[in-house]
Amino acid sequence: MADQNNQQQNNYIQTEDKPEEVLEERTHVETYWGRIWRRFTKNRLSRAGLLIVGFMVLLSLFAPFFSPFDHTNTELRRAYHPPYEINFIDEEGNFHLRPFTYSMEQTLDPETWARIYEPDTSEKHYIHFFVRDWEYEVLGLFELDWHLFGVPEAGNYHMFGTDSLGRDMLSRIIYGSRVSIVVGIFGALVTIIVGTTVGTISGFFGGAVDMLLQRLTELIQMFPQLPLWMALSAAIPADWPAMWVFMGIVMLFALITWTFLGREVRGKVLSYRDSEFVRAAEIMGAGPAYLIVRHIVPNVLTHIIVVGTVTVPQLIIAESALSFLGLGIQPPMISWGVLLDDASTLEAISQYPWLMIPGVFILVTVLGFNFLGDGLRDAVDPYSDEG
Amino acid sequence: MGSYILRRILYSIPLLLIISFVAFVIINLPPGDYTQIFISQITSQAGVSQADAQQMAAQLEEMYGLDQPFLVQYYEWISGIILRGDFGFSFNYRRPVSEVIWPRLGMTMVIALGSHLVSVVIGGGIGIFSAIKKYGISDTIFTIIAFLGLSIPNFFLALLLMYIISVWFGGDVGGLFSPEYILADWSFARFIDFLKHIWVPIVVVGTYGTARNMRVMRSNLLDVLNEQYVKVARAKGLKSNYVFLKHALRNAVQPIIMYLGMTLPFLIQGAIVSSIVLNLPTTGPVFYNALVNRDMYLAGSFLMMLAVTLVIGNILADILLAWIDPRVRY
Repeated sequence: MADQNNQQQNNYIQTEDKPEEVLEERTHVETYWGRIWRRFTKNRLSRAGLLIVGFMVLLSLFAPFFSPFDHTNTELRRAYHPPYEINFIDEEGNFHLRPFTYSMEQTLDPETWARIYEPDTSEKHYIHFFVRDWEYEVLGLFELDWHLFGVPEAGNYHMFGTDSLGRDMLSRIIYGSRVSIVVGIFGALVTIIVGTTVGTISGFFGGAVDMLLQRLTELIQMFPQLPLWMALSAAIPADWPAMWVFMGIVMLFALITWTFLGREVRGKVLSYRDSEFVRAAEIMGAGPAYLIVRHIVPNVLTHIIVVGTVTVPQLIIAESALSFLGLGIQPPMISWGVLLDDASTLEAISQYPWLMIPGVFILVTVLGFNFLGDGLRDAVDPYSDEG
Repeated sequence: MGSYILRRILYSIPLLLIISFVAFVIINLPPGDYTQIFISQITSQAGVSQADAQQMAAQLEEMYGLDQPFLVQYYEWISGIILRGDFGFSFNYRRPVSEVIWPRLGMTMVIALGSHLVSVVIGGGIGIFSAIKKYGISDTIFTIIAFLGLSIPNFFLALLLMYIISVWFGGDVGGLFSPEYILADWSFARFIDFLKHIWVPIVVVGTYGTARNMRVMRSNLLDVLNEQYVKVARAKGLKSNYVFLKHALRNAVQPIIMYLGMTLPFLIQGAIVSSIVLNLPTTGPVFYNALVNRDMYLAGSFLMMLAVTLVIGNILADILLAWIDPRVRY
């Protein structure tokens, strides 16, 4: 308090000296969200998280642009093709600024009949950027045939190899990101909506409603999540179309994860319910809906956003685990978990290790969301030590 | 204290009954029951004609009361558990559920407790170390490792470890024993072989908890070390180590104890997917097969057992907390 007075006095004295400059300084008031944003971006890890998540979201939004191939194209002749190398230095040791690749010659091992691929170093195939290939729709708005890169001379260039049907892994991973990320984000949104609604109603109205909702919450929390998800998703009929299954999985996730947020929101609402500004508004004639929407929810909002952000990576992991077991997303729809299903045996991964690449994408994406969530939590916490 | 424990236990009884009912409902949600699977199995594999299979299925249905109304089935199941300790019959294994689950539960517990020990000792230890040397290079490295540990799906970690061990080091992974020891009696050599295998699932299941404990311990300790009573204790001239152990650490440990109650079922569920990957004789693969094959008593019993461990774990954690922390009132 004394500090503040001092400062004001200082400002006052300074205004007499240099009025214009200081006036400017005093009118700059950092908004609540501005402060959170400043604290958030100050954190190196949360900036990294923002970058990773941004990249992954772009990748999934413009999947066809980044995919060199149509991910459904099968070519049995090239099944389990190992990844092509990207080279900058050729056989003679010359450096090329434009990366290039060699085409792969396929031979059969005379003893084991296994396919062997060897690079044919006689001819270099340069990687071209912004090539025109198959057509696709951008966000359902207009058609385009530009792709980020391709190797027109070689015809086939599989950066991450191919799967059992000769489909390009990179394109499949990029398309798979759509389902994996949307399950996480969409699931978190539904979690937020249900959790906030239930928590607010429970905390605001109290009484029998609160009692009932809290017992329901406890009941759901009594079951460990993963086995419960497994059991519930086993109940999704096998003959449902892929889109329905997808929606069903999202709803199952939200059905169980909302309880945590519901508890937290209830606690916050309870404390705000008795605060003076809410009481004052109530006495002035505000109805429950107005109180909740105008006075209570805005105060709990940052908390909701933080919980929502940390829910996303949990759901991405859960979806990948379920799909990996064949209980989640069903082909032909693909997610990273579905892709990893091909890599579930030791035989598969020791012969075709590139089938594990989707797991790296899960790891990186979840890492990004975790950085984001952690940074956000620190940024909104007024008691955290930085800034 | 005694009455507190008694009250908690009494309160949990109706809870457990409700849990068992919900578990039974969930397991019965999928359309159809085991008889359909049974019919398709014996007609395709054993070459039984469709009509005979129908008849056998009808017998099966009558034998296990699958044709009874839902509530009657539930009553039969739950009264069997309470009165006779009988969890029903596993159609898929053709044995009582308890015979399938109990032997495997032992191995699951070994893995779960091993991972738990690792996560508390190593995770807590590194967390303390990071808090003491905060913002140092080792702290940064451990922070990154902790984030990686929190972010990697454990079935993917299992795949990666399996790949690294078998392809890079030519080791033998999967299962808990080398082939020559599977049916052998316990001996020193078999025990060594067991240790060579068991560390993989322990690492896989324990990674998340270790990473979590690292983060939680570090941030708690940093918070507590900033508290005024710690500063006062230091200012009084108490030995630094004494303040650290008696004032700071004791308070920072509390959230980890609260988490204890949730760990056991959490670890068991963590072991489900990775056990399937690593082909371990634990409850995970059994639960998965039971779900896929509509082996409802087996799946329901397992789901209920997990919920029961959660309830018991929470009670134990609360008791432990009340015992360690004199501020907790009961």
